[in-house]
Amino acid sequence: MRTKISIETVMGAFVKDIELISGQDLLACNQCGKCSSGCPVVDALDVLPSAILRLAQLGIEDVLEAQTIWTCASCLTCVSRCPKDVDLPRVMEALRTIAMQRGIQPVDVAAVPDELVADLPQMAIIGGFRKFSI
Amino acid sequence: MINRALVIGAGIAGIQAALDIANSGHEVVLVERQPSIGGHMAQLSETFPTLDCSQCIMTPRTVEVGHHDNIKLYTYSEVEEITGGQGDFKVKIRRKASYVNWDLCTGCGVCQEKCPWKAPAEFDRGVGIRKAIYTLSPQAVPNKPVVNPEVCVRLKSMAEGGKLKCGACLKFCPINAIDFEQQETFVEEHVGAVVVATGYDLFPQMRLPEYGGGKIPDVIDALAFERLLAASGPTGGKVKRPSDGKEPKEIVFVQCSGSRDPEHGVPYCSKICCMYTAKQAILYRHRVHDGQPYVFYIDIRAGGKGYEEFINRAQEDEGVVYLRGKVSKIYRDGDKVMVWGSDTLSGRKVEIAADLVILSLAALPAEGTSEVQRSLGLDADKNGFYISADGELDPVSAGVPGVFIAGAGLGPKDIPETVAQASGAAAKVLTLFRQVG
Amino acid sequence: MGTPYFPGCTLSTKAKSFDVSGRAVAEALGMPLDELTDWQCCGATFPLSTDNSMALIAPARILIQAEQQGDPQTGTGKVATLCAICYNVLKRTNVALRERPEQLERINWFISTDTTTQGLTYHSKIEVVHFLEMLRDDLGWDALRQKVEEANGQNRVKGLKVAPYYGCLLLRPPDEMGLDDPEAPVILSDFLRALGAEPVEFAFQSECCGSYLAASKPDVPQALSNTIIEQAAQAGAQAIVTACPLCQYNLDKRAATARSTAKLPTLYFTQLLAIALGLSEEAWALDGHYIDPAPLFAVKSEI
Repeated sequence: MRTKISIETVMGAFVKDIELISGQDLLACNQCGKCSSGCPVVDALDVLPSAILRLAQLGIEDVLEAQTIWTCASCLTCVSRCPKDVDLPRVMEALRTIAMQRGIQPVDVAAVPDELVADLPQMAIIGGFRKFSI
Repeated sequence: MINRALVIGAGIAGIQAALDIANSGHEVVLVERQPSIGGHMAQLSETFPTLDCSQCIMTPRTVEVGHHDNIKLYTYSEVEEITGGQGDFKVKIRRKASYVNWDLCTGCGVCQEKCPWKAPAEFDRGVGIRKAIYTLSPQAVPNKPVVNPEVCVRLKSMAEGGKLKCGACLKFCPINAIDFEQQETFVEEHVGAVVVATGYDLFPQMRLPEYGGGKIPDVIDALAFERLLAASGPTGGKVKRPSDGKEPKEIVFVQCSGSRDPEHGVPYCSKICCMYTAKQAILYRHRVHDGQPYVFYIDIRAGGKGYEEFINRAQEDEGVVYLRGKVSKIYRDGDKVMVWGSDTLSGRKVEIAADLVILSLAALPAEGTSEVQRSLGLDADKNGFYISADGELDPVSAGVPGVFIAGAGLGPKDIPETVAQASGAAAKVLTLFRQVG
Repeated sequence: MGTPYFPGCTLSTKAKSFDVSGRAVAEALGMPLDELTDWQCCGATFPLSTDNSMALIAPARILIQAEQQGDPQTGTGKVATLCAICYNVLKRTNVALRERPEQLERINWFISTDTTTQGLTYHSKIEVVHFLEMLRDDLGWDALRQKVEEANGQNRVKGLKVAPYYGCLLLRPPDEMGLDDPEAPVILSDFLRALGAEPVEFAFQSECCGSYLAASKPDVPQALSNTIIEQAAQAGAQAIVTACPLCQYNLDKRAATARSTAKLPTLYFTQLLAIALGLSEEAWALDGHYIDPAPLFAVKSEI
């Protein structure tokens, strides 16, 4: 299936929303790949971090279906090393926000086992599941 | 109008400009801060895209400079001050103390043989050794050594005021040319025009802590690798890695180390690295038949004549594996060097356990460039390079009357472009001499 | 007069040992921590969307509460933290509110209308400091070394090979946190040397432990923490030291449960300091670890 690219996608509302919420100029990214090269959780991702940004740049909305945006641990390694100072963690947050606004619910919080909840430091629960509410 | 020219810097740009002016009958004062001429080109093994031996194509020119009736060569010297203007510049030149009487020295090399004190050779970028008394290379022009006060035990004992130590070179020199009392001297020259050809230096590894910060012995820069490849280099052209001298079987080239990085390095592209990396990968394959080179890149810049074909040769004929993704981290794990990069084209984060890593460090304006800019009243761009009078139509004029620029001091560039600019600057000088004189 | 101190929710419960040892060493070094009289959770992550003002309210309240304990007239003062994530949230909140005065105004309006903080506003002048920073800048490593030497009896930390582990949020993003360079950090190594311990540098000092994925995807922190522990052990470490309760949990729990990993104990830097200063075992607060660090500090005659 061909991905259609036009003014509606590259300069449309989806891209503008991402830029507004993240405060980032998506086109500053030249896709060097350094973020992907240093991402610690990459083995658990379905789409590379740099590819997430690429899809966002082109206004391709099925980026919202990627697991990557929920698995990002916000370790901030990517933004610390980015040559163009593109804040990818903020872009991930913007994508999560838009996804939730559209009703995408990635995790059933209630399904987390009780023993795990009892064992974890509460900052893990607040931090981890904070992502799943706006 | 004094029909003499000053050329600052004797790399290939300075050498070419000096020869062009000198061969047209005008005198040239050529000043070089290193003990001998040739600049970075003298460090190279072969040049791209022809794979000509660098020494072989350069030596005829360096020898011509050394013997030329119209070239007054001051090496191990720096321009201290310039006053005056076009037609009559007064140039004060500081001749550093070499502690060797070059009028007597025949270049026999016994002093270097007998000197017991060693240090990493700057010419070899840390992969080779030199002595406290040294020449840069066996083909140095002029072939006269200098003594380094930081390594020379005799000079250090003189500075401490205690008992005098060593003095081996003094003892063994057959012509009594060693002079530990030598002082630096100043000379004054008058010229009508100046060509600035001060060149480039490399970004310090220390500024790339995620790549090891210069502390990992088997992470070297491309000029160092060039010295390992060079037949006249410290390993006789055998590729041996610094930590244990073993032949590396898997080597990784990391492009854009410091370049194209407004946040942590320099914002510009250093232009020559894509090409020299392909060259080094090809040369490595020729030396180590069972070795595998990998190149991590962001883009491949190969716009010159024959350049794209050269890259194809590396990829198709020589089996160099190109991975598109900037390296994020380099660290040591046992006797391997781990490289974390990615291949955005296939969508993978990639890890390579390398034996040797070569960084394409960004090209910066050479050390001393800002002093030259100050003494001539030249502006620098925001990266410290010289600015042309007109970036499109007059690249080799400095915008200050009588001053011209050529080579990497204006921005990183390859040898063909450098030589072309040098001849261009020389032509401008000669036009000036004709017009007024 | 001590420094206003924000413990955070985890230090008050699951990571009590960090709080107990932290207060004890602060007292012993003459730089006591005065807990804020009124506080609540900071939110545990700094909100990354630019228009999320609501998530900034909690950290802003904490900063106002710090103002009350500082100089309420001018709004100047400090707040110290031990937890790296609280440090990150508070410090980045400060930066965000300074950069965006309209957002600060909106938050201040909300806070001043709320019954518990009626009439109060945040003047954005509070300095957020981490206890490590206080040790480095207010006390100094030489003074710390001296205090350790003057402490009673033997220094049970002396010569101990300890891997400094920074995690992510203590140092990143470097332009906002400004504590140390995440690519080549030195603050924990300097700290360890001042204690007489031998810092064991290794390549994974500031690689992520997996953080809150411990809640949603526990196999990720399992893999990441395993690597960190293995690398530290390979480099010769006998223990790991950290400043974050979540890192401590991930490293400690993973070392305990993974069969192939070296059994290195993970301590809070304040626990190691309490031991080095010769404080009571109560101050060391060594209970509650999955891998018990106590054997490392037992004297031969005690075994």
